[in-house]
Amino acid sequence: MELLPTIWFIAIAVLWTGYLFLEGFDLGVGMLMKLFARNNTERRVLLNTIGPVWDGNEVWLLTAGGATFAAFPLWYASLFSALYLPLLVVLLALIFRAVAFEYRGKVDTDSWRNRWDWAIALGSFFAAFGVGAALALTTTGLPLNANGDRVGGPLAWFSGYAVLGGFAVVGFSLLHALAFLALKTDGDVRHRARQWFVRLLPVLLLPIAAWALAIQFLDGKPLTWAAVVLAVGPAAAAWLLARKGSEGRAFLFLGAFLVLGTASIFGAVFPVVLPSTLDSAFDLTISNASSSNYTLGLMSIVAAFGLPLVIAYQAWTYWVFRRRVSAAHIPEAHSFLPAVAAKAFTTKG
Amino acid sequence: MDALEIARWQFGITTVYHFMMVPLTIGLGLVVAVIQTAWYRTGKPEYLRMTKFWGKLFLINFIMGVATGIVQEFQFGMAWSEYSRFVGDVFGAPLALEALLAFFVESTFLGLWIFGWKQLKPAIHLVCLWVAVIGSALSAYFIIVANSWMQHPVGVEMVNGRPVMTDAWAVFTNNTALVAVPHTLFGALAVAGGFLLGIAWYHLWRRRHDGVDTVGADGRVVPGEDSRIPGRDRTDYSVWIRSLRIGAVVAMISFAGTAVTGDLQGKLMFQQQPMKMAAAEAACHDGTGFSVLSVGNVGSKNCDDVVAVIEVPGILSFLAKGDFTTEVKGVNSLLPEYKAKYGTNLPDNPVYGDRAGQEIQYVPVMEVTYWGFRMMIGFGGLAALAALVALWITRKGTVPESRWLMRLAVFGILAPFGANAAGWIFTEMGRQPFVVAPNPDPSGIDQVFMFTAAAVSPGVSAGELIASLVALTAVYAVLLVVEVKLLVKYIRGGVVSAMPELAHAPADENEDRTPGPGGTGEAKPADDVLAFAY
Repeated sequence: MELLPTIWFIAIAVLWTGYLFLEGFDLGVGMLMKLFARNNTERRVLLNTIGPVWDGNEVWLLTAGGATFAAFPLWYASLFSALYLPLLVVLLALIFRAVAFEYRGKVDTDSWRNRWDWAIALGSFFAAFGVGAALALTTTGLPLNANGDRVGGPLAWFSGYAVLGGFAVVGFSLLHALAFLALKTDGDVRHRARQWFVRLLPVLLLPIAAWALAIQFLDGKPLTWAAVVLAVGPAAAAWLLARKGSEGRAFLFLGAFLVLGTASIFGAVFPVVLPSTLDSAFDLTISNASSSNYTLGLMSIVAAFGLPLVIAYQAWTYWVFRRRVSAAHIPEAHSFLPAVAAKAFTTKG
Repeated sequence: MDALEIARWQFGITTVYHFMMVPLTIGLGLVVAVIQTAWYRTGKPEYLRMTKFWGKLFLINFIMGVATGIVQEFQFGMAWSEYSRFVGDVFGAPLALEALLAFFVESTFLGLWIFGWKQLKPAIHLVCLWVAVIGSALSAYFIIVANSWMQHPVGVEMVNGRPVMTDAWAVFTNNTALVAVPHTLFGALAVAGGFLLGIAWYHLWRRRHDGVDTVGADGRVVPGEDSRIPGRDRTDYSVWIRSLRIGAVVAMISFAGTAVTGDLQGKLMFQQQPMKMAAAEAACHDGTGFSVLSVGNVGSKNCDDVVAVIEVPGILSFLAKGDFTTEVKGVNSLLPEYKAKYGTNLPDNPVYGDRAGQEIQYVPVMEVTYWGFRMMIGFGGLAALAALVALWITRKGTVPESRWLMRLAVFGILAPFGANAAGWIFTEMGRQPFVVAPNPDPSGIDQVFMFTAAAVSPGVSAGELIASLVALTAVYAVLLVVEVKLLVKYIRGGVVSAMPELAHAPADENEDRTPGPGGTGEAKPADDVLAFAY
């Protein structure tokens, strides 16, 4: 009976989609810190649109990783060990980015802020690119032997698909962030974000569309081909709505595009979770890589309650912080004199 | 060094580092939640200031725990793929549940707390912090469940050479975890206690040093004000003396808690991993005495080189069994038992690489277990004793003018950190050579175990591991410097560093009169959007 592994394959696809949908825009906002914002006030506007939510968004990545470990330990083990170096880059990028959000405003000098702004922008870029590369490679395959171990050295994972997947997630994140900023800010940032969105949509969606299409040519099924074709609809709708100034709907339709896109990709490779490029006999599938039905059943029960709860309270967070942020809301930087002199520790008592 | 050793160093370094940030997060989070609750109930301004100040330091530290935590989850798959394959059916579940049920809660509600001072009603805002704090404790529970399964595997059956979960209840109520969770949480609180105590002492000392607070003829403090520095008023005095007392009490209670739970844990460990406890004693022969000091080459292969110089008879038996007479097995009698049960040499299996066929070293590195055990207890006890002394010294309301005493209090912050690190290093190194230690309970699953030598990723090269070891260690070192620098900056700034409003309205006593909950009327419209801004 393959019911539970199938459910968990879908659950993991949902977790990745949730991650790309939510952290997509905060990764994009991070990159836009250097590409879009023109001064410190604008950068702070950008930061504060994602301030209360980025950490919660990032947990989707941990949950996707943890769920893969629990439900498909062999998939988790092979994918993560084969992609050792790219995942190291993702980890370093996420570390710098997280710390930068919190520490950027803690010292009131331009050089301090500028350093952390780069950490946010580059951290966001490399995290998005690395996650995209890893997701693309799990759909197109890695040189794995019978045990599921990578052969051919530290860079044997590299292929054009890694680059394509990397740009796919970077492009989508940037576009999603522009839609998000148009929705969450006011004034000049809002208008420019909308302009950029309309102008750049075709370019930024190109790599993700190419990846979805490439997968269809490799493994497509009628249903997943249909999803790809259908995805054109919401992308076009998002473009038209953004032009019209309907920012909320543009954001949601872009989300619908993402859902159809990931569904077409994950659906096409199913039931393979990680193909081996050496021999299809070594492919990891939902049956040979999964945990026992007991474990999957336990996880299903918990997830059936847990995941809707997470979605509910995260949605509430977005509602609490629903007001648009604009340059006028940004308070002055707060510098303070130390109440206690530094020499307390250095002079003799 | 080969891949295995590099991977072990990496796991050790990243875990110990992560576990510097995490106890402070857990402990300080709980303390801040209690203080904010006090503010909510009484409306006293010092509680608001304490919430803001300690909350600010909490956040500076929290983010480091988050950033370094992701590495932990990824590392199992990246560097320990064989381990992940072997244990995935049972070990993955607590990790996934940690993310789903605990970490989501913690991050989301902490975001609400940080940014929601004005958007949320005071009661809801407070509840958000409590939910985040409970989330972090729950997170600790799930992680320790996973770790405890490595110490004491339960609830599984071997199917095709891999343990498969058959009894989730057994896994999630593993007795090893049930004592390790409170032990760890008390350890976290001890860190928070020392943190409050040291920093509050520093500020009280500074107030005395600058002549703000003086001491009357009866030796009691006379709190004063310094109008030149924002926020240095009489309320500020209350902030620090209350923080100091809370810190000292928390430090003492949590030491008592770690002692009681640690004793329970020790008694379990004598049954579950007797070799770990023999190595903690560097004890070769069976006996009843607890070594206070052993000399000789503790790391020697021949453990008879170690001589106990000072030994208290009966104490070891008490630690192990609760009486003073039971003989506790030493290394020499345990070794043959381990060899008979789990083999003398590693099997000739390719997963062991060059180590296949080598003799198995069942005795953990004794310098580490012996001194780790003693450092844990020593640092913990020292911190609690210091807290007691601190309470006595400050009984008349302030600290002495001695600069050295102040320095001691500040450096004392490190002691509970040391105790935590030593405890974890002891228990994880003491588990060697197993990554999953065998469960010797009569009802246990004797054959569910894994040697660390078999756990590393076979496809990952030593070069990749060196790259990550160097990169992570370097980045962690730089970030530690940055974190400590920022903490020092905000600590030195005092409350005003976390409450700019104190500086912007120096003569304004509004803050003191505002009834804590519900005092949002005077906020500017802009503040409704961003009560707090990055």
